[in-house]
Amino acid sequence: MDGEKWAFGLTMMVVGMGGTFLTLWVLGLAMDLLKKLFPLVDKAADTPKQS
Amino acid sequence: MLDSLVTGLYGLTAGVTYLFTQGGPNVIMLLIAALLLYLGVKKEVEPLLLVPIGFGCLLVNIPLSDLMDKGGLLRILYDMGISNELFPLLIFVGIGAMIDFGALLEKPKMLLFGAAGQFGIFFTLLVALALGFPALEAVSIAVIGACDGPTSIYVASQYAPQLLGPISVAAYSYMALVPIIQPPIMRALTTPKERMIRMEPIKRTVSTQTRLLFPIVVTLVTGLLAPKGLPLMGTIMLGNFMRECAVVTRLQKASENEIANIVTLFLGLAIGGTMEGHAFLKPQTLMIFAMGFVAICMDTVAGVVFGKIVCWMTKGKVNPLIGAAGISAFPMAARVVQAQGQLYNRKNHLLMHAAGVNTGGQIGSVVAAAVMLSVLKGMGLIT
Repeated sequence: MDGEKWAFGLTMMVVGMGGTFLTLWVLGLAMDLLKKLFPLVDKAADTPKQS
Repeated sequence: MLDSLVTGLYGLTAGVTYLFTQGGPNVIMLLIAALLLYLGVKKEVEPLLLVPIGFGCLLVNIPLSDLMDKGGLLRILYDMGISNELFPLLIFVGIGAMIDFGALLEKPKMLLFGAAGQFGIFFTLLVALALGFPALEAVSIAVIGACDGPTSIYVASQYAPQLLGPISVAAYSYMALVPIIQPPIMRALTTPKERMIRMEPIKRTVSTQTRLLFPIVVTLVTGLLAPKGLPLMGTIMLGNFMRECAVVTRLQKASENEIANIVTLFLGLAIGGTMEGHAFLKPQTLMIFAMGFVAICMDTVAGVVFGKIVCWMTKGKVNPLIGAAGISAFPMAARVVQAQGQLYNRKNHLLMHAAGVNTGGQIGSVVAAAVMLSVLKGMGLIT
């Protein structure tokens, strides 16, 4: 494999794999944020108890 | 009169004459078509794809068949939805409508397993380049490692249409072989003690609003970071949004049933149509199948190794087997993890964790393809 192909392959490997990890990490953070902004409300706890 | 009889008879015997004079590749491909049909019908290996692909392969390899010529049935189907990438995208709408991302939303960090599970793509890219394939062909072959048929077809139809047949067949075949390929690798890379690790049950903590906003956020984030992959992610998330909003049930059901079924039939036939003997039977076809195998093995290796790292970092709270589910083959890979976990500890229920990782792998495979395409665009190799 010539130098140009190596450079291309390694660039794709580093930037591609790094970019995939970065994108999914950002998505994970966004999902955590969504969960904090819109927590699951326990409907049973919210319903006033009938005496 | 006699001339008319002779030319008429020639019309009837031309196909047989061709078969015995220059139809060697067609005969081999007819046998391959029979094999694909056998695997689909008898062994139930991805039958929804292998049956139409096998029949398309049969049709196009009948000597003097003009089904892939201009105006032919298979050419019309190819032009209608493969050359313009429409069919894989419509299938993605159906996939999005079918998938429940709930397990992933419970533990969003599982997405990182989905990233590790894409290592095979980039490793195979290096292998393909080393074997002399041009850059865009190498990228298309490497995407078999996404373990995702529609993504492979989407990329190959744009950047290596001449390799679409072998790439598609390899992608779908290896997806079906996940339960055979993965377990030996999982056992080789983990100790019995690691395989027995029990994970805490997942508690339900995700609200309806979060589930509804998830597809929109994913579309925005991936669209901004890797815009070349927006058609792929956008269509999956459209399907998922229809599922979660629950007000377009008819559209959701149509996407995951009627549309997905019709498109799968057309897609399979058109791919089968690309498997004409003289074009398909080349040494590079075997190389593509070999590299597809390497890609899926390396995905599994990277996923399990990543699982071992997380296991060590969490002081043994994560079973490294779940890393093997970080590929797109859903839900097969998750079931393989569950089965392997139960082999060593019958009380071990890894399915929900593995399902979270597996849906992460579904997103990860699309993100990896999107990132690759965006990097290629950045390098000026594609427009």
